[in-house]
Amino acid sequence: MVSTVQRAWDLLETIPDPEIPVVSIRELGILREINERDGELEVVITPTYSGCPAMGQIEDDVRAALAANDLRAAVVTRLAPAWTTDWITDEAKQKLRTFGISPPHAAPEVSVVWFARAAANVAMAVACPHCGSANTTETSHFSSTACKALYKCLDCREPFDYFKPF
Amino acid sequence: MDRARLDGPAAAPIDYLLHLADNAMVLGQRNAEWCGHGPVLEEDIAMANMSLDLIGQARLLYQHAAALTGSGTTEDSLAYFRDAGQFRNYMLLELPHHGPLAGTAAADRDYATTIARNFLYSALMLLVWESLQESKDPQLAAIAAKSLKETRYHLRHARDWLVRLGDGTPESHARMQAALDHLMPYTQEFWTPSPPEAEAMSGGTGVDTRLLREAWEAEVDAALAEATLQRPRPGGYVPRGKEGLHSEHLSYLLAEMQGLARQHPGALW
Repeated sequence: MVSTVQRAWDLLETIPDPEIPVVSIRELGILREINERDGELEVVITPTYSGCPAMGQIEDDVRAALAANDLRAAVVTRLAPAWTTDWITDEAKQKLRTFGISPPHAAPEVSVVWFARAAANVAMAVACPHCGSANTTETSHFSSTACKALYKCLDCREPFDYFKPF
Repeated sequence: MDRARLDGPAAAPIDYLLHLADNAMVLGQRNAEWCGHGPVLEEDIAMANMSLDLIGQARLLYQHAAALTGSGTTEDSLAYFRDAGQFRNYMLLELPHHGPLAGTAAADRDYATTIARNFLYSALMLLVWESLQESKDPQLAAIAAKSLKETRYHLRHARDWLVRLGDGTPESHARMQAALDHLMPYTQEFWTPSPPEAEAMSGGTGVDTRLLREAWEAEVDAALAEATLQRPRPGGYVPRGKEGLHSEHLSYLLAEMQGLARQHPGALW
């Protein structure tokens, strides 16, 4: 017999991210834990960015997926430890690339003030998800969502999104 | 609700949380004015994204303050149903996107003003959030760790543009310098602790910004040197926005932000 917690994982781990539906909320590291206490389910999620407008949608999607299978859970939003792009699975990074989004490099050490300085960023070559060339340039620090930067490939000339290390 | 029972003795003073929240809220609202009006599409999008971060930070802080306050207080009642005199933000953040004008005169938005303000503020907040990760208020520490990551990108954006405009054409240089000359005196408010800040410091939940000043000035000086800009001489009026003494600009900003919620209280969509 499958435990309630396992059933909940099976139901929830395939929920797509509302902004980038090729990856699931589990693969992005948003779905953190499912616990059972005294017969009550608790689903722990964590926001990517403070202002991510998808969080409300994700919470609704979690409740709906459970309700459709006669499960109820308290959805808890946990801030610490803060979400990092390092939690995105390798499988999901490959999916992002296929989708046309260059996946993030390892997240920088957060306590480094100098991150903000342009020189610190020069070393990070971002590969074009279309042709694989590393000959790319940043067009804008922010793109269609706060979590992405806008790049263009200088070889195939295609614009693309880069998932920023966070 | 009993404060001690809810969050333990290390909950930050509510007015300190509101100071941090109002800073983020007011600048987020101010910068969102560029949405649909940015100088180029990429900047329009960047400004909207950063506003979203700031409003998100404000929401987390308001939610925390509301839980500590109890008696039916919510993030919405704090954002939409307090008047200008109850806001605790730095005066710097409520000013319009242009230099000082006489009377009720209006002017076009000036991107140099926007960039200068974002630079001065995010350079401070990078240091504040970094320190607040060690706050004895665990919820505030968690919000700080999250906000720190976002603020790095905000500072990087503002710093890049500060250098590009400062070390750009004669016109962009002159406008960047004028924006700095206008805004720099307002940063004096960063270094004069208000009563809630003093209380937060002594309780170990808040940060003493005076200890951050040297690092802030080093960052500002390095960026200004790269941007070929002159640091304005300090001095003059020290604003007290964080004690509720605001310029006339805040009420207009709040009128726009709060109008809908007040005309249709409890409305949902």
